[in-house]
Amino acid sequence: MFGAGGGTSSYREVEETDVIFLWGANARENHPIFFHHVLKAIHRGARMFAMDPRRTASAQWADQWLGLNVGSDIALANAMAREIIHAGLANRTFIQRATTGFDEYAACVERYTLEVGERETGVPADVIRDAAHAYARADRAVICWTLGITEHHNAVDNVLSLINLALLTGHVGKYGSGVNPLRGQNNVQGGGDMGAIPNRLVGFQDWTKDTEVRARFEQAWGVKLKPQYGLNMTQMFNAAERGELHAIYAIGENPAQAEADQHRTEHLLTGLDHLVVQDIFLTATARLAHVVFPASSSWCEAEGTVTNSERRVQRVRKALEPPGNARDDLWIISELARRLGHDWGHPSAEEVWNEVRSMAPIFAGMSYERLEREGGLHWPCFHENHPGELFLHSRLWNDPIVGPSAPFSVVEHDPPVERPDAEYPFTLTTGRRLDSYNTGVQTGGFTSPLRRGESLDISPEDAERLGVLDGDPVRVTSRRGSVVAPARLDRSLRTGLVFMTLHFQDEVRVNQLTIDETDPKSGTAEFKACAVRVEPVSVSEPATTSAHGAVGHGG
Amino acid sequence: MDLHLLDAAPTAEEREAVDALLGEPRSGWEGGVRDESRDAFTAAGGQEVRALRHLLLPALLAVQARVGWVSEGALNYVCQRLSVPPADAYGVATFYALLSTVPRPARMLHVCDDIACRCKGAEELCAELERTVGPAYHAPQGEHVDLDEVPSGWLRSPCLGLCEQAPAAMVTVAGPKPVERLFGHADLAGLSRVLKGDLAPSLEPRTRLWQAGDPMLRLLRRVDVTDPTSLDDYRAHGGYEALRLALSIGPEGVIREVSDAKLMGRGGAAFPTGRKWEAVARQPVRPHFLICNADESEPGTFKDRVIMEGDPFSLVEAMTIAAFATGCEQGYIYIRGEYPLAAERLQNAIDVARARGLLGRNIMGVGLRFDLEIRRGGGAYICGEETAVFNSIEGLRGEPRNKPPFPVNVGVFGKPTLINNVETLVNVLEILLIGGPAYAAIGTAGSSGPRLFCLSGCVTRPGVYEVPFGTTLRQMLSLAGGVAGGRPLQGILLGGAAGVFVRADEIDMPLTFEGTRAAQATLGSGVIMVFDDTIDLVPILLRIAAFFRDESCGQCVPCRVGTVRQEEALHRIHAGRTRGDMSGELALLDEIGLAMKDASICGLGQTAYSAVESAIKRLRLFDRSVR
Repeated sequence: MFGAGGGTSSYREVEETDVIFLWGANARENHPIFFHHVLKAIHRGARMFAMDPRRTASAQWADQWLGLNVGSDIALANAMAREIIHAGLANRTFIQRATTGFDEYAACVERYTLEVGERETGVPADVIRDAAHAYARADRAVICWTLGITEHHNAVDNVLSLINLALLTGHVGKYGSGVNPLRGQNNVQGGGDMGAIPNRLVGFQDWTKDTEVRARFEQAWGVKLKPQYGLNMTQMFNAAERGELHAIYAIGENPAQAEADQHRTEHLLTGLDHLVVQDIFLTATARLAHVVFPASSSWCEAEGTVTNSERRVQRVRKALEPPGNARDDLWIISELARRLGHDWGHPSAEEVWNEVRSMAPIFAGMSYERLEREGGLHWPCFHENHPGELFLHSRLWNDPIVGPSAPFSVVEHDPPVERPDAEYPFTLTTGRRLDSYNTGVQTGGFTSPLRRGESLDISPEDAERLGVLDGDPVRVTSRRGSVVAPARLDRSLRTGLVFMTLHFQDEVRVNQLTIDETDPKSGTAEFKACAVRVEPVSVSEPATTSAHGAVGHGG
Repeated sequence: MDLHLLDAAPTAEEREAVDALLGEPRSGWEGGVRDESRDAFTAAGGQEVRALRHLLLPALLAVQARVGWVSEGALNYVCQRLSVPPADAYGVATFYALLSTVPRPARMLHVCDDIACRCKGAEELCAELERTVGPAYHAPQGEHVDLDEVPSGWLRSPCLGLCEQAPAAMVTVAGPKPVERLFGHADLAGLSRVLKGDLAPSLEPRTRLWQAGDPMLRLLRRVDVTDPTSLDDYRAHGGYEALRLALSIGPEGVIREVSDAKLMGRGGAAFPTGRKWEAVARQPVRPHFLICNADESEPGTFKDRVIMEGDPFSLVEAMTIAAFATGCEQGYIYIRGEYPLAAERLQNAIDVARARGLLGRNIMGVGLRFDLEIRRGGGAYICGEETAVFNSIEGLRGEPRNKPPFPVNVGVFGKPTLINNVETLVNVLEILLIGGPAYAAIGTAGSSGPRLFCLSGCVTRPGVYEVPFGTTLRQMLSLAGGVAGGRPLQGILLGGAAGVFVRADEIDMPLTFEGTRAAQATLGSGVIMVFDDTIDLVPILLRIAAFFRDESCGQCVPCRVGTVRQEEALHRIHAGRTRGDMSGELALLDEIGLAMKDASICGLGQTAYSAVESAIKRLRLFDRSVR
């Protein structure tokens, strides 16, 4: 946040905070370990508010569920902001000292009255007001979000609207207050940390804007760096479509099933000149590849580090030799480099890590020995005697602040690209369940008593109107494709809203339905909202996926 | 919370019973009418609703009283209202004997077949009921039961706490105006009439207190003398003088008097009361809670019932003083579910006291804040264990907690809690009236003050007696008119089912803490149950063993398994089918008993072998068989 690519708070602070906003995050099911920290807070007496179109398992724990319309997050956040400002609950001192752009922001949210908020989000005005007051009046408050915020065509704006709330109330940069994207895996944070994103180098350093950074890397690596960002995944596929991108090297990623609008993705992947996949399983993408590198499993067959959602870098140790011809990722990459004419030798994980420390100041103080001894360290950790920082941006509370001010962002409500209409009357939102992970690559290999397989979750009222009973197969059709799945009656859904997962892509290719409308700033597709039609299927029709040939992608 | 609610819906009656306690549901999510414009977009819950968890047992008892049993629909509705998972609530509902999760007729008769009633023919009475009315009620498994066809049923019950009027029974009639009545001197004719719906036999007048009006009485001086429903009568007989004195000497003064009085807890553990009060008063954590443990369930014990029925205001006053001394603003009286009259009289006393400014926000006009609430148990002996009381009040299964932490530090709702027995609390009035040192002079050096004893079984005048500590068993016996019919004394069960049998030649034992300890006996809850030579003690032991097996909460293995093994061994002995010889069985019983004593987490398991052991070792009950 504010230039640092990580959540601001530590888990301990979440346990000791007073108000938690779980916004677009069904952490009970999708971040079960993190949710234990939330539960500790709840048992301590913290109040939790869940913003989610579905009354999820997380929302059932909430003091108040705010079941906003899919994609109306900014309307909700802005309505809260206006209420906070008008109730005199904004933290004027903090705003004046540590932020910029408040006047423009206040002018922007002015039209988001509680009534407008209710109209756009569906959430009753008094509930919006109460949540806003609870957040603003709390001594400590955190906002946590996940894909319910980011899997929209305006993902970055959604995030900014939440950060605005934190700036408005001063709930950032101090113990127990912060803004936190929850990470879906043990090392999603670590991927960003290491620069596996197109617009930052290791340690979130922007070589296009900071000449010192650029010079440092160019000197260390002995190459000239191109002065522009790389492509994110969405941009890559667009470039492939335009014929500008010819080869992909996919490491631990399964775009053939994970991307929205699957027909198109498959088409583009098969059209590449060269596709290399490095993975621990022969994924659907790997099956399309020209070359497959069987890799080691990073949590037990390799040395290294991971970074969790609280920015704590931790050691991972090798316990087993990888099976068969599988190789450590590091070995594969070094070997590939050597064969491509750049002999880097075969550095150990620690040697690579020490290079990271020398190039990225935020990791400089984290020797393997310290990580071992101290059970991991929070970044930033600038030198060997730096304890690491429990929470980020304490500088904003210095008077005067140290470093740049935190800017408010003017963001406006912009509903999902595809809205229900007469032909496609339902909003389909997708997500995940406790027992499975993403496209099932890592979880499909074992059974779980909780696993039910894919279903179309639908409100009992809609099911009744369609004449569908629990378990009956239904056909779900969007402008891009069509699948058949059993219906599951779910009281947590209101009428007009249906839900599916993406866990069982081999059986039910839900991402044939989703819309490839991506956020230009983050490259994330709007998995959380598309319009579909639901029809009962006669029992004799097999419950499998069928392509919707008549309609091309993009609708 | 991960609620996993059921599909079952409540009936109108069930809904009504729950709503009468909890108010109307606020939304479709809570089981009310779904308002699509609101419920589709928001739901309240969380801390506010989870804080109502303590109403789970009252809600289930309300359904039970209204309908006669707790159906799946009712359970689900309660869960929806309180945000409790049905599986969790089912665990609570099945914990309590007075709650039924299977269909039960509206009119139920609970016939005590416990040890005191057994001395008065309860077993024969049950046999006659079986012969004339039919077997004890048992819900058919998995079949649909049309309760309209089955208007009534009867069940055997553990001790109902009416031992002086044995054999005892309790009738409950579910409905819009539920009836609960405990009555004594039950006979076949009366029980049959009650089962048919004629409740007149359950209205038999109570036996009076034999010592009523005796000027020597300190704790029982108003019982059977004053009108227990009248605050004015209570005040005319010295009521609320003690509170006035307490207010004048301040909280430290009260604790000093109680400490000087050397008052020891009368619940069975004999802990110095002053020390407990001081510990709670000193706790910086707020709020403090006060609980009166009125879950008098030890077989043979009925003294607290006599106080609560006969002088309820005294308990309210005593609790107000305890609250004042220890800084509690909220008190609970946890009373066993089988004491409907006591609960009714206490409720009246609380209501009247509140209306007259003796409870509430400004007691006696001096700004003292304290209020009281009655919590009724659901038929579970273990809920007399102090930490089990906490769990029961909090809406959990009434399982004891591990100690430490002790209640004075972490009690009910996790807060410092003062918990005292009824008799202990009522002693405080006398302490304040006569002063701690004068009180300490009553009784013996190690056991100060008056003490209540419950005489039952084969005595001429069974009942509660108040005597100073130090009175001997022999004197107690003669106070109650000796062994009924002048028969020879076989033995006395001292202290209840968790106590010990003493021999006829031990009755010169002084009834003090130190005297009984020296004799390796215990006063327990003040039970003196007398057995003449006609009583076969082996079935009595079997009943005690069955009692503990039934009442074990089951959370710790030594008790859960030990109580079963103990009963099995006694059954083998009783049936003459010992495994190997008798000495082997006795050695086994001893080993089980030791394991329970050493390894159980609460007093139930620790004392479950006590009576059996004393029957074997003191009464030499099985010596003939050994030979």
